[in-house]
Amino acid sequence: MNEISNKWIGTNTIRPDGADKVTGRAAYAADTSMPGMIWGRVLRSPHPHARIKSIDTSKAEALQGVKAVVTSKDIVEFPVDKAVPLGIQDMRWMSRNVMAREKALFHGHPVAAVAAMSEAIAAEACKLIEVDYEVLPWAIEIEDAIKPDAPILHDFVQFEGKPSNIAGTLEHKLGDIEAGFAKADVVIERSFTTRPVHQGYIETHACLVSVLSDGKTTIWSSSQGQFMVRAMTSLLTGIPQSSIRAIPAEIGGGFGGKTIVYLEPLATLLSKKSGRPVKMVMSREEVMRATGPTSGSTSTVKIGATKDGTIVAAQGVFYLQAGAFPGSPIRGAAGCAFAPYNIANVVSRGFDVVSNRSKVAAYRAPGAPIGAYAVECVLDEIAEALKIDPLDLRIKNAAREGTKAAHGPVYPRIGLLETMEAARKHPHYKAPLGKFQGRGVASGYWFNAGGESSAQVNITEDGNVVVTTGHPDIGGSRAAIANIAAELLGIDYRRVSVLIGDTATVGYSNLTGGSRVLFASAIVVTDSAEQVIGQLKARAAKIWGISADAVVWENGEARPSGDHTGNFPTMTLAEIAAKASETGGPIGAGVQLNTTGAEGGFSTHICDVEVDVDLGIVRVLRYTSFQDVGRAIHPAYVEGQIQGGAVQGIGWALNEEYIYNKKGHVDNPGFLDYRMPVCSDMPMLDAVMIEIPNPKHPQGVRGVGEVPLVPVMAAVANAVHSALGKRYYSLPMSPPKVLEGLDEGTLQAAE
Amino acid sequence: MAKLHISTKINGEPTEFLCDPNDSMLDVLRGPLALTGSKEGCGSGDCGACSVMLDGRLVCSCLMLAAEAEGHEIETIEGMAEGEKLHPLQQKFLEMAALQCGICTPGVLVASKALLEKNQNPTETEVRYWLAGNLCRCTGYDKIVRAVLDTAAEMREAAR
Repeated sequence: MNEISNKWIGTNTIRPDGADKVTGRAAYAADTSMPGMIWGRVLRSPHPHARIKSIDTSKAEALQGVKAVVTSKDIVEFPVDKAVPLGIQDMRWMSRNVMAREKALFHGHPVAAVAAMSEAIAAEACKLIEVDYEVLPWAIEIEDAIKPDAPILHDFVQFEGKPSNIAGTLEHKLGDIEAGFAKADVVIERSFTTRPVHQGYIETHACLVSVLSDGKTTIWSSSQGQFMVRAMTSLLTGIPQSSIRAIPAEIGGGFGGKTIVYLEPLATLLSKKSGRPVKMVMSREEVMRATGPTSGSTSTVKIGATKDGTIVAAQGVFYLQAGAFPGSPIRGAAGCAFAPYNIANVVSRGFDVVSNRSKVAAYRAPGAPIGAYAVECVLDEIAEALKIDPLDLRIKNAAREGTKAAHGPVYPRIGLLETMEAARKHPHYKAPLGKFQGRGVASGYWFNAGGESSAQVNITEDGNVVVTTGHPDIGGSRAAIANIAAELLGIDYRRVSVLIGDTATVGYSNLTGGSRVLFASAIVVTDSAEQVIGQLKARAAKIWGISADAVVWENGEARPSGDHTGNFPTMTLAEIAAKASETGGPIGAGVQLNTTGAEGGFSTHICDVEVDVDLGIVRVLRYTSFQDVGRAIHPAYVEGQIQGGAVQGIGWALNEEYIYNKKGHVDNPGFLDYRMPVCSDMPMLDAVMIEIPNPKHPQGVRGVGEVPLVPVMAAVANAVHSALGKRYYSLPMSPPKVLEGLDEGTLQAAE
Repeated sequence: MAKLHISTKINGEPTEFLCDPNDSMLDVLRGPLALTGSKEGCGSGDCGACSVMLDGRLVCSCLMLAAEAEGHEIETIEGMAEGEKLHPLQQKFLEMAALQCGICTPGVLVASKALLEKNQNPTETEVRYWLAGNLCRCTGYDKIVRAVLDTAAEMREAAR
């Protein structure tokens, strides 16, 4: 290793894509266009559940200006009886999600797509497509979908030997649960519900696709993974991956929701059929109706503790709504729920429930906030029953190095306890509270991911640096990569350009997801940069006529060392680059790896609320997140992740929810009625970054993007309980629900 | 449908365009005028990503008919910097990491500039209510509010 001065790591440098973004020049998918481009549009099912008996597109095709129409017949079919996994997805479901095949399974499910000279003509053509539906009974809510006589979405899904909407289960077990509860002095069991909530990215899904007559396909789209776009589009259209170049446009938010495709395969088929580039942009309403919110849930959690506050047994049952196809994040709910605690006896079960609602997509630590909400609320009740401070209860039972978690791992060095102790000592925890004000705490865990990453580090002829990586930058990762490259090479960060390569220009890189981007890209960038430094030393050695071992790289310069110290003037990066041609050619290195060692992330939150008991409005007065961030390479963007996650959770806790009408349609498919937090709803948000470096990472990085959302709903719910002395067991704690729960007795007690 | 011929001024430059009667200002900015800095997040005036100034007033360009631009002046994010020199708000947003994905940023900047033109010394609450029409899903608003307050302070200092 070379000497690290930490000149750039840990500093808030200006992001490489910043000037583009503050001037409006950054090109998001919907900002791109091509000569000869036409417009695509999707026809969507008007029913939440219907068999598609026939589709007649002839009238649409005959309309002046229409250039192509596609239906499920044009999409590669994946038989339902053979799994075709791709990442966390299964192509059997993806193919039917991008275009309904046998049945339309939710209101808004695509049934056909049209490309025409204008958006207006495409919309007109959609109206001319005749679909013969056999309307079927439907079930959206979990309790409706798991009733014995519920309408069955998929005949091939069986549970306990019978057709069912329970598409999958998962169980984590540790110790002896019965024996554990037998030891408990206090046992509390509660049930909770949460509503489906949308990721809420401000940029709607969009793409522009050009397919040439030789099959060469170029896709510009906004996604969390250009390689995912390439793979899924290839599988769904039959075009080989080598013929598809997927170019990652700037992405206007994803939060997990852009880890799958919706439009790209349709636009590809429309472009292929029409011979024109095709652009497709979803409306906000389409996003809300037909792209993945996360699951709604019902959970039951039972926890037992002895008088001294030792948790001796914990059991959780989590039903998560998958939407139209199997695949809700039960792993996150059942796996993360108890992960912050050292509990000897655990059973945690997840049930994946399909229902007539859009297919779930990942949302920031998928499933984990649902599990944490239930567990952390019950823990609060345990603390109350035992008259123990809720943070002390958590500190007493906190997982630490060596703790065996129910979902599998034995933890290495983790920083959970530090987050709890920091919260305990923080002035926020001791600040006075007024009438109808309350304080809640909660902790949370997220797995974090490693996986495939590629990077190329090239030295330009004028002695600067271009770094190319393969993960769409969703929250400032390019800035952190610039810091690392500048640090390792010992040069000013402004001399490092960081680009996100497309599928033709950089090696395979897995999704931007799982809080993996900086963890994984830092590893491949570090390895590449070290190879480059090796080359630079070798070039200097060649020029000096000494052994490469006798050269050190310091502060952006090669310097002779050992016996040769002082024998030659140092050579800068620019001086070596200028002689590259004579000393062996271009200088650069690329590394492609399946990265490992992404240890989980933990955080603990404190939330203060005030309840307006006349209006039922819960206002967050103060919020502090304490997170083990491993190493904050670019602290401001780490804080940004923490703050943004807190606000998403506050929205989930207090306002956001999918509301369905009697016809099974989403009744609030816009930002007016699906109310995400706005600026005036929020206080300033404190982010306390605790740096316990990940021992398995060259810079100590831990994923930081997802765990910020995990404890939030529980922290808010515990704060509301502290303010009112009354607990709400379902989210959101929206004004009508809060008011409904406030009777005279509660109010008097709260005063 | 016959196109309408509209004469307007955009970012200080006399501009003419043809539009359909039902085209929104945002459609024309992003389409024929190729000013794609204004974004469409909702098309219903709820997210503020399409914020522009119309004769010095902050509006959602998705709620404005393009034909209404006739004889009026529009300023977009593309007109915010003066040549190479970023507006102090743009510079401060970069320095303070007040953006993540950046999709809401043009609208937030246009709206923030409108605020500082009316009120050189806004309180935190005034900033928060002024920007309540600009949704940001990434930042939690903290760094945006701080950047606007800091810019205001610097601009006041510079004006002294």
